[in-house]
Amino acid sequence: MVAFTNHSGGIFKTNTGNINFFSHTPVEDITADNHKVKTAFDGTSGKLQFSALIKDFEFPKALMQEHFNENYMESTKFPKATFSGLIENIDAIKTGENGTYTSNVTGKLTIKDVTKEVSAQGTFTVKNGVVNAKTTFVINPEDYNIEIPKTVAGKISKEIKITVDADYRHAH
Amino acid sequence: MLKSPLILLATFAMSIASGQTMDLLDDEESTPTIEYTFATFKTNRVVNGHSIETVAKREFDFKIAHRFGFLNGGPYDLFGLDRATMRIGGDYGITDNLNVGIGRSTEDKTYDGFVKYKFIKQSTGAKKMPVTATWVSHIGVSTIKWTQDRENEFSHRVHYTHQLLVARKFTEGLSVQLSPTLVHKNLVDSASSSNDILTLGVGVRQKLTTRTTLNLEYYYVLPDQLESDKTNALSVGFDIETGGHVFQLFFTNSSGPFEKAFITDTKAKWLDGDVRFGFNIARTFNF
Repeated sequence: MVAFTNHSGGIFKTNTGNINFFSHTPVEDITADNHKVKTAFDGTSGKLQFSALIKDFEFPKALMQEHFNENYMESTKFPKATFSGLIENIDAIKTGENGTYTSNVTGKLTIKDVTKEVSAQGTFTVKNGVVNAKTTFVINPEDYNIEIPKTVAGKISKEIKITVDADYRHAH
Repeated sequence: MLKSPLILLATFAMSIASGQTMDLLDDEESTPTIEYTFATFKTNRVVNGHSIETVAKREFDFKIAHRFGFLNGGPYDLFGLDRATMRIGGDYGITDNLNVGIGRSTEDKTYDGFVKYKFIKQSTGAKKMPVTATWVSHIGVSTIKWTQDRENEFSHRVHYTHQLLVARKFTEGLSVQLSPTLVHKNLVDSASSSNDILTLGVGVRQKLTTRTTLNLEYYYVLPDQLESDKTNALSVGFDIETGGHVFQLFFTNSSGPFEKAFITDTKAKWLDGDVRFGFNIARTFNF
């Protein structure tokens, strides 16, 4: 018996999406997680949107979190990072049937008021009414005006790996 | 800041446009949260004295404070560089708001310890609080050998300082702190000094870039409490933050780097050129 009904099409949402970013250098690995990402997609048109508050990125070290907000991201001035784009092959994502589907995702990523095109391969797993979406892609912080001072340049990679993992449910 | 009508129009147009692109998320009513102000000061000291900032839980902020001699010592003393007084110590976070610290200064070979508690936090959003307030209680014990021939008790070596620090981050760049302070000396330098000395400290910090600030600190001693040759400590400095370190570089007329010394033992005058160069280095370690 199926406990949850799968819906085809319609709006899918969550306020507890997860985004992790990871920087690796021989000197230091830096990572932080945001578990309060707001995101939604339209199962018919493929429209996909994300909004993440910079202050919701959690670091193991409090001082690192303060520096991230105060010095690198200036989060009082730029409180959010957003993404607005398209699941290109939305017809392949059968949100009404259990299964795993893939599609390319493209769109505009805005960090510190700088907008750049990004694209990535997304994996969508439908199970009993929940659509899990996962993707990873790489960005260069300097593309978004995130200044890395020379004194710490060896500690912060120019290739930051972003991992997205969100469980969407049908919005009513 | 005055904005031209054109910029206002463009901002308005852009906000409408971005509203349309995030339309799937717009109907969400987010529950209002409390936004706590952070980084009012770059570190837990303004220059000499405490700022309202506390060290986070399980972080240890290791500190070295160095004061040279007076600049008007001239080239023979390399403008004061030949003389130095120092404090080495650290602040530890028991919780994000409760800190303890210890230190030892070369001045009178003084050991000091303190407890610091941040009990009010500046915030906006769901709960509005205009200031951050932190209490500091400090005890110092000088361990230098007695030179005066008199009845010397251990208690004569001890002094206490209590401070109620209140600060507000007015803008991203400007923070101001008021530090009403009580210094209690068990033993005073002369009969004209009182044992309980009330003072008011003022600290100002103005950010220059994301990682550098200009700091000003003044401790005003209320009249008729200290000897007539004592002066108020005024310090002007520059903070540089790099990774886990904060460097504070400053000029000051104050004596040593602990509360009783810089608040009640300062005799130097800026206008006479009795100014010294000093620096503090703070580095945070995590446990």
